[in-house]
This record gives sequence, C-alpha cells and structure tokens, in this order.
Amino acid sequence: MAKRLDVKDLNLYYGKFHAVADVNLSVPPRSVTAFIGPSGCGKSTVLRSLNRMHEVTPGARVEGKVTLDGEDIYATAVDPVVVRRTIGMVFQRPNPFPTMSIRDNVVAGLRLSGVRDRKRMDEVAERALRSANLWEEVRDRLGKPGGGLSGGQQQRLCIARAIAVRPDVLLMDEPCSALDPISTLAIEDLIGELKKDYTIVIVTHNMQQAARVSDQTAFFNLKGAGLPGNLIEIDDTEKIFSNPGRKATEDYISGRFG
Amino acid sequence: MSATLDDLSLGRPSLSRAQLPSWALGVTAAGVLVLTGLLRLVTHMSSYVALAIIAVALYLVAQTVVSLSVEGWRHAKNRLMTSLMLAAMVLAVLPLVGVLGYTVAKGLKRFDSAFFTHSMRAVAESDPNGGAYHAIIGTLEQVGIAALISVPFGIMVAVYLVEYSAGRLGRVVSFFVDVMTGLPSIVAGLFILALWVLALHQGTSGFAGSLALVILMLPTIVRSCEEMLKLVPPSLREASYALGVAKWITVVRIVLPTALPGIVTGVMLAVARVMGETAPVLLTVFGNSAINTNPFNGPQASLPLFVFNEVGQSFDNAVNRAWTGALVLILIVLVLNLIARTVARFARVRG
Amino acid sequence: MTSSLQNTRSSKGGDTSFRLLAKGSGILVLLLMAAVAAFLILKAIPAVSQDKGNFFTAFQWDPQGTAVFGIAALAFGTVLSSLIGLIIGVPVAVGVALFISQYAPRAVARPLAYVVDLLAAVPSVVFGLWGAIYLSPNLIPLSKFLNHYFGWIPLFASTNQTYGKSVLVAAVVLAVMLLPIVAAISREVFVQTPKEHMEGALALGATKWEMIRMAVLPYGKSGVISAIVLGFGRAVGETIAVAMVLSSTYSISWRILDPGGNTIAANIANRWGDASDTISQGALIASGLVLFAITLVVNFGARAVIRRGRAKA
Repeated sequence: MAKRLDVKDLNLYYGKFHAVADVNLSVPPRSVTAFIGPSGCGKSTVLRSLNRMHEVTPGARVEGKVTLDGEDIYATAVDPVVVRRTIGMVFQRPNPFPTMSIRDNVVAGLRLSGVRDRKRMDEVAERALRSANLWEEVRDRLGKPGGGLSGGQQQRLCIARAIAVRPDVLLMDEPCSALDPISTLAIEDLIGELKKDYTIVIVTHNMQQAARVSDQTAFFNLKGAGLPGNLIEIDDTEKIFSNPGRKATEDYISGRFG
Repeated sequence: MSATLDDLSLGRPSLSRAQLPSWALGVTAAGVLVLTGLLRLVTHMSSYVALAIIAVALYLVAQTVVSLSVEGWRHAKNRLMTSLMLAAMVLAVLPLVGVLGYTVAKGLKRFDSAFFTHSMRAVAESDPNGGAYHAIIGTLEQVGIAALISVPFGIMVAVYLVEYSAGRLGRVVSFFVDVMTGLPSIVAGLFILALWVLALHQGTSGFAGSLALVILMLPTIVRSCEEMLKLVPPSLREASYALGVAKWITVVRIVLPTALPGIVTGVMLAVARVMGETAPVLLTVFGNSAINTNPFNGPQASLPLFVFNEVGQSFDNAVNRAWTGALVLILIVLVLNLIARTVARFARVRG
Repeated sequence: MTSSLQNTRSSKGGDTSFRLLAKGSGILVLLLMAAVAAFLILKAIPAVSQDKGNFFTAFQWDPQGTAVFGIAALAFGTVLSSLIGLIIGVPVAVGVALFISQYAPRAVARPLAYVVDLLAAVPSVVFGLWGAIYLSPNLIPLSKFLNHYFGWIPLFASTNQTYGKSVLVAAVVLAVMLLPIVAAISREVFVQTPKEHMEGALALGATKWEMIRMAVLPYGKSGVISAIVLGFGRAVGETIAVAMVLSSTYSISWRILDPGGNTIAANIANRWGDASDTISQGALIASGLVLFAITLVVNFGARAVIRRGRAKA
C-alpha cells in the first residue's frame, strides 16, 4: 500500500509570513526520509503540508503541488479528510485521547470510517498494537485509559492508532523529542520495522537519529533572519553525513552552527 | 504479512470524493424559500416568526438530504452540525436584539426631561407625567454606598487569599466566597431584612438596601481581584523583598497598583450587576414615591424597583414609565460595562 | 544602625497589622455567611412552628388566615420552570460556545463573545418586563401549536385553552438569562482543549464535527456540566423576572402552557408587600431558607463535578 510522495515548488505561508519557499523533493515508497535543520527552518511546516494539516492553523496557506502516486492532494476535488485518513501522522508530544481506552484509541480512525463490527475492531487493534511493539505490554489492560501509559508507550500507542487504518504514508513530527533514551530506541527500532510496509517521513532534531533510521535526509535552513526557510539539499543519508554537497549542510552536521 | 494486512484495507480508490458544488446550497436555500412562500399562500399563515422557523427547519432537512445523497453521511452530519451551531448563535443574539430594541422603542416615549427631574410624589399612577428622579437618586446612593463598603472589604479578602493564606482557613474562606457567589439575590435581601430590619429594628432604608447589595457585590469583587493579584508576576514581589521592603508595603505599593486596571474592571462589572438587582432592594429599601436623599433614614426609591412597581399598575402611562425606567437602567449598565471593558483593554496593552 | 533597626521594627508592626486586617476580612466573610444562615433560621423557626399544615408538603400559602402554608407547590414550580429553562437554554448555549470557540474566525469570535456577555448584563427586571409584555402574548401561537399537536403529552395539556403568563414563558425567560453563563463557562473550557488532541483527531481523518466529538466535547464535559449546574442555581434563585411573568398559583401542575405556576423566589417578592405580621414574614423567610439550601446543594454539586473533572485530567 505504500506510495510515493512528490513535492513540487511548495511555498507555505502563515498569513503574510512566508514560512517556507520553493521546496522540491521526492519520497520513494517503503523508505524513511528524515528532515533535519535548525529550529524554525520550516521542516515541521513542510511535514504538516504533506497531509494538509498545515491549513488547520488559522491564516495558513499553501502554494505548489504535493502528489501521492501522482494524485495532487491539493486538487479542488480532493477532500482533506480523506488525505489525512490516507497519510497518517504522529506528533511531537504523545496525544492519545485521554477519555478513551487503549483499545478505543487504536480503533478511533476505524470508527470514523464507519466500522462498527466489534470483532473486526479487536483484530485490527491487536494487529496494530503488535506492529507498534506494544501488544505484550498492554494486552491485559486494553480497557484502561491510554493516559495511564508511560510516555514511550503512549507514543507507540499513537503510532498504533495511525497505522490501524493502514495509511499509505506515515508522517512523524519529532516523535522522540519528549521521550527518554530507552523509549527513543524502541521507537527507532519500530521505524525500521514499519519501513517494510510504509513510506515514512520523520522530522528530527537529533542528527544521530536521522543517521540511524533514515535512507535519505533532507536538510532545511533559513536564508536569513526573517526570510523563509528552504530546502538546502536532499540526498542519501550516507552521503549527507559523509560528504554533503553544500557547505551549510556540512557546517550544521559538524556542529558548527544550529 | 502484506496479504493479511491487505484484507483490512478499507478500499479507497482515490483521494477525491464527490463534493457539493458551491451553488448547490444556494439552490437548496432558494428552493426552501419558494416552498415557504407557497406554504404562506396556501395556509395564510401570518406569523413571520413561525414562517422563519419553518424555513430554517426545512433548509436543515433539505441540506442534510442533498449532502447525504452526494457526500455521504459523515459530511452530511458535519454540515448539519455546522448549521446548527450557526443557528444557535443567531438564536442567542435574537433575544438580546429583541430586548434592547423593544426597550428602546417603548422607552423613548417617556424619555423626556420631566422623567429625569420629577418624582412620583402627588402623581397618580394613571397620570402621564411624573418621573424617576427619586428612583435614580436612590439607586445611585444605594449602589455607591454598597461599593464604598464592598470594594475595600473585597480587596482585603482577595489580598488575604492570595498573599497570606496558606492553610485551611484560606481554603474555607475561598469556599464560602464561592457559596456566596451562588447566593440568590432574594436571600441576600431576606437576610438583611431579618438582621437589620426585623432583629435590630433599624427600619427599611437606602442603607439597608446597600447592605444587601454588599453581600451580592462582595464575591464578584473578591474573585476578580484574586484573579488580578495572581497575575502579578512573583518576580515583582521578590524584587521588592530583595530590596528589603516589608511585605505589606510591597502589597500596597507594588502588587495592588500593578493589578489596579484589572481590579477597576472587576469593580465596574460588579457595580453594573447590582445596579439592576431588584429582589433584595424590594425587601430592604421598601420604595418611596417621593424624593428621599437621605439613605440612612426612611424608605427610599430605587430604579429597578420603580420599574417593577410601575409595570404592576394597569395604566398605560405607568407601563410607559416602566419602559423608560428600564431603558435608563440598561443605559447605565451598558455604559458601565463599556467603561470596564475599555479599562481592561488598556490594561492588557500595558501589561 | 539604630534607625535601621527601628525601621525594621515598625515595618514588622505594619506587616502584622496588615496581615491581621486581611485575615480579619477573610474571617468576616465566614461570619457573614454564618449570620445569613443564623438569622434566617432564627426568624423562620417561630413561624414554621405555628404552621397548622406541614411546611414541606402543604400546597397553600395562607399564613394569616388558616395559618396553613407550605413550600411543596412552590418548590415544584421552582424546579419545573428551571429545568425547562435548562432544556431550552443549554443546547443553545453549548452551540454558541462551540460556534464561538471552534467555528467563528478569530476576528468575529471576540465581538460575538462580547455580545453574549452583554446578555448577562441586562438587568433581570428588564427581562421580566420584556417577558411579561412582549413574550407572553407572542408565545400564545406556539402554545396553541404545542397543545394542538402534542396535547397528549401531559406537559402540553391545557385546562381551558387559555394561555399567557405560563411556566413556559418563565422558562423561556430563564433560558435567555442562563444562556450567557452557561455559554461563557463552556466557551472557556472548549478554548482550552489541548491542540494536540484536536490535531490528533484531524490527522486521523476526522471531519470538524467528529474532531469536536472526539477531542473538544470529552475535554469540556465536566466544565459544561458544572456550567449547567451553576446555570440551574441561577435559574432557581431568579426572582423578579419570574415574578413578573408568572400568574401565581399554589398547586402542582405539569401543564406548562396553562396560566399559573409559581416559584419560591417569586412568591417572596409577590407576597412581601402584604406580609405585615411576624408569621407571614417568618413564613416567607423560611421559604427563603429552603431556597438557600437548594442553591447550596446545587453549588456543592457543581464544585464536586469540577473537582472530579480536574482529578481526571
């Protein structure tokens, strides 16, 4: 089911503020692409434009083209609700719905699609939780609220929730920045496994993480104070970290700024 | 693995879905209007309110049916709920517009100089003249005295709650301030009546009314003051302590002045609220058709009470006076609200 | 050196007296509330002890003549009119709160919130005037309609097809009066819904309404419930507006379209003028005490709901 994403001449705005300029990139299916760069360079904004979450912010605007296997997700006939259903997202801070049980959290997306069959939902919940490496830890307390889990478990619950509806693409916005090192490792392992079935784009602050989990890496940077962020370069992760094409990338990776 | 997962896939061929074209809802609305017009011709229904309700209901149904057939139930429901929220908003604004508009229309009839310069002394209820001068004076005095008592009292309670109370007593006081907030205004009136008039034999007077209003104002002032004092950054207090300034001087010179605009807003809103209170005044100031400028001696009139009494008379002239009284009351309350909010806005800009 | 020591001492003295002043004010609040209860009880007991009927079950209110008076009919009327007021007002109020917090563009949301707040500022005597003179005749067609088509429901039955100053009118006026309170509190909790939860729902492919169902309403539930309870407390205690739109009767009737109805608070306002002896006065004070008790219970309830909601969040 994994599909490829292509971004063409993407410009993003918050009201009059031009946040990101002229992004062009491609994300091949069944791969992990990491977005790295200093704070405020627009990498999260770009990520949020890939499933039309950018426009949720009042005043936010998008120009350019984002295609999923060739289909423009910003075309007029396209429904953002379907886009978000097809391109899943995991957020920086784990956000399970606090009043729902663990099981209900996982099948929340399924419910929206009109599935009412309890047995089928139980199956999906188990499979999604297994895929998220969480099943063994929560199988005895599926009816308990998701808020009772540890931060790392909550984040894996959110991943389970996102993959329960079998999205084509999985977007992750700094999924480990609120987690301790052990939970981070668990999520990174999980990303490696999920790669077999999903196209994954991950925003991260942590360059080691980008190096560990991704196949290709995109480096974003600001042109200058008050100017929009833009994509400096995108290439195989190995190449970016060993022999980047641009000096700015090299400076950032070697810790000379950012 | 992939095969087992595929049987769970929910079948979505494309990202696009059938959506209502932008003209569809306009056409629906036009159709509903035509239908309502026909209904009026057939049934000779004359009430525009009823027709409007029918039109809105018809539109909601029609929109849901149209959306359901094109977009499916999820989006039909979404559209229906959006329309319902909008309808609720309109429905909530209607009574405000209705009350204000109706009061202005009815109240302007007697909005003349005689109304503001004459009392009801030696005026029969059926007479077209007479005014509310005595009532306006009474209300201003009663509310003024109530504010003089409850503002310093309320501020001190708030200071206690924010700056000094750490233990159980603070929580108890805070709890009873909440209880006081929920106290019905008529009970406040009954209390002053039982204590001041019946037990202490002080007689009804403007001051008795003020005492009842104090009970109603106090919790509002305490709560708004408390909020404002909590907003004063702790660093400001610490800076003052670090300079060796005593705590009480810090509170009086630094904390209270910083919170002042917010406190003023809270006080104005509290004043506006009790200005229109009728029930406690009814029991404690007794009412008077003549001018009594002394709030400490003898029954006094009050503007809300004046409205209540005049509307109880079955003469048109009396009811007209009631409307004008209501208009004056609304004007005072609205002006106070406006000032309070302006003060609050300036305070926000400065802070 | 000496002067600085003296300075310290005097500021310490100032500190102590200021603290005592503040603490004294706090204690005065407690004394005030104790006095409210004490004096109402003190004045109520002699009258209730001379009641020839049962104060809690009798319908009549005749302290002077037969000396039979009771709050049963009044309490029933109070709860009935307030509940119907809630049924009418709460859905609108929650709709308004959702509209302002979730649907309206920010530039419109603030003025709209202000307009709804203005509704709360209108004095109750004005609402009473509007209800008695404008609303009550204009609700007659609706009453006729309800009676004609839904007369088989006891609530909408009519004794002799005369409408007018009925519980329905009082309930509509109460609905308008409690709307701004419920709307304001609900709006405040809806606005505080964590962005993560709302975005989490949207990212799963929820429509706006589904997002509200999944994130906003569950988060705001306890706040809305406590807002409803506080609104109920306000409606129960409302006096003048209700006194102006009801034609007081002393019976228990479910027929909200019939002229009649009464509430504890309205009864006090209406009967105070002719309560010249201590029994009449004491009887009214006793009914006020019951009203006080009802609002206390309601407020305790609201606070318990808030506390439980906080504990869960």
